[in-house]
Formats: sequence, C-alpha cells, structure tokens
Amino acid sequence: MSEHAAHGEHHGFAHPAPVWQLLAVFFALVGLTILTVFQATLDLGNMELIISLFIATIKAALVILFFMHMLHDKPLNAIIFLSSFVFVALFIGFTLMDVHAYKDSVELKEVDSPRMLVEPAE
Amino acid sequence: MSHDTATIEDLHGHDSHGHGEHGHMPFLAHHFDDPEQQFDSGKLGMWLFLVTEVLFFSGMFCAYSIYRSLHPEVWTFASQFLNETLGAFNTGVLLFSSLSMAWGVRCAQLRQRTGLVVCLAITLGCAAMFLGIKAIEYTHKWDMGLLPAGSYESQFLPGAHHEGLSPWLYVLSFVPAACVVGFGGWYLWTLAKGQKRLSEVAGPLLVTALCYFVGVFIGIAFQNAEASAHAKHGADTHAADKPADGHSTADHSAIESHSSALASDESHEAPHGDTSKETSSEKSHASQTSLVGPAHRAPGDPTEAQVDQAGGAGLFFSIYYCMTGVHAVHILGGMLVLAWLLVRATKDHFNEQYFGPVDYVGLYWHLVDLIWIYLFPLLYLIK
Repeated sequence: MSEHAAHGEHHGFAHPAPVWQLLAVFFALVGLTILTVFQATLDLGNMELIISLFIATIKAALVILFFMHMLHDKPLNAIIFLSSFVFVALFIGFTLMDVHAYKDSVELKEVDSPRMLVEPAE
Repeated sequence: MSHDTATIEDLHGHDSHGHGEHGHMPFLAHHFDDPEQQFDSGKLGMWLFLVTEVLFFSGMFCAYSIYRSLHPEVWTFASQFLNETLGAFNTGVLLFSSLSMAWGVRCAQLRQRTGLVVCLAITLGCAAMFLGIKAIEYTHKWDMGLLPAGSYESQFLPGAHHEGLSPWLYVLSFVPAACVVGFGGWYLWTLAKGQKRLSEVAGPLLVTALCYFVGVFIGIAFQNAEASAHAKHGADTHAADKPADGHSTADHSAIESHSSALASDESHEAPHGDTSKETSSEKSHASQTSLVGPAHRAPGDPTEAQVDQAGGAGLFFSIYYCMTGVHAVHILGGMLVLAWLLVRATKDHFNEQYFGPVDYVGLYWHLVDLIWIYLFPLLYLIK
C-alpha cells in the first residue's frame, strides 16, 4: 500500500495509460497490419507462414503489454495468462506430432482409395 | 494485504459490515478489505477466464493446423475466395475499437464520465461495423456455394455465382434493422421527455445499430470494387448455363475424401442433358470434370480441380466458419457487456477507486481482438 501512497491520492491504485502511448500502440498495430498484408503479396514460400505469424505475435504482444496493461499488472496475472500459451503449444504440438506420425500410413490408404483417383481437368 | 485497521475502517465508513454501508464506496463488496483488493481479485478472475478462452480457441487452431499441415494445397486454393481487403479493413476496425476500449478504461480511471460514454459508444459502433462487414462476407460466400464440408459447391461448375444482393443479407440484417427502429424510437422518446441520462444510453445504441449498416455498405462497396476488377480478368468464362439441380454432387462427402469410408453418393444426379449417367460413385470423381461440360471457370492448376472436387475446400470452409463464427459470437457477447457498461457509465458509477468492470470488459475485448489478429493472416493471407 505504501508504494501506492507515494503515487499520490489522485489515482489511487489506477494506472491510467497516457494518451500518447495508446495512440502510438494503435498506429503501430495498424502499421503492422499493413506490413502483413504487403508481405502476403510477396512470394516467400515456406517463410510466409512464419513471417506472418511473427508479425501477428508482435501485434499480440503490443496489445497484451499496453492495451491489456500487462506491463503494470501483477506478475501472477502475467504468469497465469502466459502459461496458457505453454499448454496451447503442448496441445497443438503433440497433436501435430501424432498426426504426422501416422501420416504416411494414412496416405498409403489414400492411394488405394478410388475416391482419391481424381484426374485433373484436361 | 494491509491490516492497517485505521485505513480499513476509514474506507468502510464504520465497523459494521453490511451492504450499502460503505459510505462513499457503494460498490465495495463487504467481503473485501478495500477497493484495491476487490479490483485485484476481479482482475485475477478475469485473467483466469481469458485463459479458458485461449484454451477454448486453441482447439480450433489445433484443427486448423492439422488440416493445413496435411493438405496445404487445400488452404492455398480455398483462401483465394476470401476477400483480403475486407479482412484487412475489419482488422483495422477491430484495432480501432481496441484503442477506444483502452481509452475508455483510462477515462474510467480518471473519472471522465463523458469521455467514457463516448469511448464505449465508439467501441460498440466499431463492433457493429465489424459484424456488418462480416455479414457481407458470409452472405457472399453462401451465394457462391462456399459452404462447409457437405454443402460446399464446386467452384468450377456452372452457376456457382450469384449476382446482386444476397437474400441472406436481408435475413441477417433483420435484427439490426429492428434495433435501429427500436433504439431510434427510444432515443426520440428520451429527447421528447427530456430524459438526459437515458438519451445518453439510447443515442449510442442507435449509433451502434446504424454502424452495422455502415459496415454493410462499406462491405458492398469493397465487394463491388473487387467484382469489377475480376470482371476485367475473366469476362469470357461465363460460357454455360447452370444445370437445373445436379451440380451438388461430388462435394457431399467432403471430409471423408481421404478415408473413402462412404462408398455411395445417394444425392448424385447427373446434370441435365448429360449422357453418361453415373450409377456408382466409385469412379464419379474421376470423370466429374468432363461430366458437366464446359467449366464455369477454368482451374488455374490441375490440383485446384482436384482439391475442389475431393471436398477439401469444404473442409477449409468448415474451419473458416467455425473460427470466424465463434469469434463473431464473442463480438456479440462483448457488445452486450459493453451496453451494460454504457448504462452504468451514464449513472456515473466508475471512478479511480472503482473501474474494475470497465477494465475487465476491456481485457475481454482485447482478447477477442487478439484472436482476430491471428485469424486474419491465417485465413485470409495464404498464397
């Protein structure tokens, strides 16, 4: 409590974000959106997904840190929220590993299947 | 937490714990020591809720990653039917609503009543505009037969395109139109009766309902611009008429395309005037392209026709509708709580000691924005 008392009586425990910061974050987000749309017009092959996800993650970080005030939040809240992404990574990562472990046998069946013997258009 | 009894008694006004006896803190629940503890508890609960939201959406992102990693060609093919311009514009709309939400939290913390009402109104308006543009995107796809697996209609068959405004758009716009009438009438009533506070609720709600139609018109404008650009490219492909009812054939058993579990295709009907009537679906996919005569549009790539017919594109649209639809439901839910905040803001409930509800709704709103930040490149920007 004493640290907040030093803050002065004016805002109490509230930390109003300065307007310039909100605007700066917003324009950074718009700029990154334009960047990701531009990046999609380039032919980057396999890098495309990685780059677009990288840009999206920067945007997400900006939103979380400034709009969601995580920068000034209690560390416990940050740990709880960010730990959810650990579990998301485990969930998606292990499922993908599993799917791709069986991928080859599944595709062997596909070759046998008449449904997959689709001829391309002449 | 502080056990400074003097402070606590100061905040509670006096010793006895009872509802409505917090003196100048009408919203301090009696089981909390002080406003900060109440705020921190609520915020912890909100973060926990957001964790469940992230995990909830991760199921859909998981389905997305599995099918995209197994069938990347399906994603390349199907995402070309998404309107990148509208997606990018909607991203901007959501980002702006996030800005106004964050600004609203600031206003609540600084006890700026009018500022908070304006910020909440802008946030609501952006949400409605987002849904209006989404309605244009959805109805256009429904007209084109770009439907979930099982209902998806081949894009290389004649008659898959629809001109003019979709009848579905009228269906989707019914509730917003009713809201315009209802809120408009209420707003005029409050003005006539001189109910200033209620008019500050009805006015923003009327603007919100109108913003849906702003979104619809923006969507139509972008859609038309896109269509005229396309018309220059492929004006010569409109060769054949639509066969009466026979073109919803090969795509019915979409998901099972690689398991071949379904052998017969009951709904199969040969198109009008076709000589080679197919009885078993075992080979029907192989001859599908030649079966229907001249294609509405030529596949750019042999794999495109294959993806289109084998039903993989329907699977893409299943995932697309599921992810964007659940996201849109979250927008709707957010709009309801924002309207509740608007009512409380006009009652001047929020101040530097009590701004929790605005902050929590803000957290939720930013998370919804966050999910869209990932959905946009993952669905719209695939090449």
